[in-house]
Amino acid sequence: MKAEHVEAVWLTEDARFSLAELAELAGIPEAEVRELVDYGAVMPVDPDAPTWIFDGRCLLTIRTAGRLRVGFDLEPHGVALIVSLLERIQALESQLGSLRAQLPQCR
Amino acid sequence: MKYKDYYSILGIERGAAADAIKKAYRKLAQKYHPDVSKDPKGEAKFKEVAEAYSTLKDPEKRAAYDQLGSHRPGEDFQPPPNWNRQSGDAQFSFDEADLADLFAGLSGRHRGGPGGAPLRMPGEDYEVTARISLADAYAGTEVELNLTVPEHDEKGIVRRVPRLFKVRIPKGATDGQRLRLAGRGGKGMNGGRDGDLYLNIALHPHPLFRLSGHDLYIDLPLAPWEAVLGATVEVPTLGGEVRLKVPPNTHAGQQLRLTGRGLPTPGGKAGDLFALAQIVVPVAASEHERELFKQLAQDSTFNPRAHFKSEAGK
Repeated sequence: MKAEHVEAVWLTEDARFSLAELAELAGIPEAEVRELVDYGAVMPVDPDAPTWIFDGRCLLTIRTAGRLRVGFDLEPHGVALIVSLLERIQALESQLGSLRAQLPQCR
Repeated sequence: MKYKDYYSILGIERGAAADAIKKAYRKLAQKYHPDVSKDPKGEAKFKEVAEAYSTLKDPEKRAAYDQLGSHRPGEDFQPPPNWNRQSGDAQFSFDEADLADLFAGLSGRHRGGPGGAPLRMPGEDYEVTARISLADAYAGTEVELNLTVPEHDEKGIVRRVPRLFKVRIPKGATDGQRLRLAGRGGKGMNGGRDGDLYLNIALHPHPLFRLSGHDLYIDLPLAPWEAVLGATVEVPTLGGEVRLKVPPNTHAGQQLRLTGRGLPTPGGKAGDLFALAQIVVPVAASEHERELFKQLAQDSTFNPRAHFKSEAGK
C-alpha cells in the first residue's frame, strides 16, 4: 500500500481559525459557537474585535463541546458548564503532573 | 458482515420503549463518553454504545435493524433479500461493510437538502494517538499511521479500506498536544468537505527526565562535599551532555535551571531543564571516609535542627 505523506499543523495558541471555520470543523452551527462564547466556554483572541478569530486550543474545546452536545443531547448552557469543569480538571491534572515531575525519585 | 446485538450492547430488551432506550444510553454515555471517562477502554465502548443508540433511537432505522433478525454477536450474516429494496436503493458491499455503515447510508438516502437535492454530508473526523519517545519529540520525527476507514465510491457503495499515512511530527511536541491533518479524515458525500485527522501525541516515560509541559526535570545527586564546596558536574540533556556549575552551599531540593534545555515549543522557543539537587551519601563509607566525617562532626558547629527549638512552641 502506498503511503500518503501528510503535513500536520499544531493546534496551539499560534493557530488561527475564523468563527465559520471553527463551526464547520467542529460540526456545530455558528449560532451555537456564539452561545458558547457568551457562556464563557471559549474566548476569541480579541472578543471586542468586529470579526472573531480563535486560536487552535479553541478548536479542541469546540470539538469537545460538539461531542458532548451530541453524546449527551445537551443544550449550549449545559455544554458550556461541562466544558468549563473539564478544563478546570485538566488544569488541576496538569498542575499535579508538574508537581509530580518536581518530586525527587528515590533510587 | 458481522452482526452486532444493539439491544444487548445497551442492556435492554428487544421490545424496549423509546424512553428506556434513551435512559440506558445516557447511563452508559456517562460511564464511557471519552470526554468524561477515565476508562482506557471507554472510547471503544462508547463507540459501540453510540452506534447502537443512533440506530435504535430512530424508529425507521430501528425497524430496518429489527428486520435483520436476531443473530449471535459477531456472527457472519447477510441481510434478507428484500431488505435492500425496502430500505432504499443504495447498494452495499455487504462482506466488507460494517453494520454501522448500513444504517449511516440509510439516513443519508432519506434526508434531502433544499429543493430535494441530496444533503451535503461532511466526512467523519478521525482521532488517533501517536506514542513517541522524548528524543523523537525533541528532534521531530515521522510516524506511520495505519487506519481502516469506510469509504463510499461514486455509486454509494461502502467499503472498509486500509489507508497508510506518513506524518511528519515537527519539533514542539509534548504530552497531550494535538496536530490536525486537514482533509485526511473520512470522505465527504454529495460535495461535503472531507473530515480531518486529529493526532494526539503521547510521550513514553523516560528513565531520567520527567516532563511538565515543555519543561524537563532531572534528579541531580550530589555528594555532601560537592553540595558544600560547589562543583562542576556533567548533566545529560536531550541535546547531549552539558557541564553544570553547582554553586557552593547548594541544599537538597534546590532547582538549578538550564535555560532552553527542555523540549522545543511549536513557536520556536524551548522549555527549560531543571536539575533537582539531592544530597546523597555513600552506601558504604570506607574507614577513612568515616574518620573524616567523625572529625567534621567534632569540629562543625552546624545544627540543621536549630529551628526546632525556636519554632516548636509557636
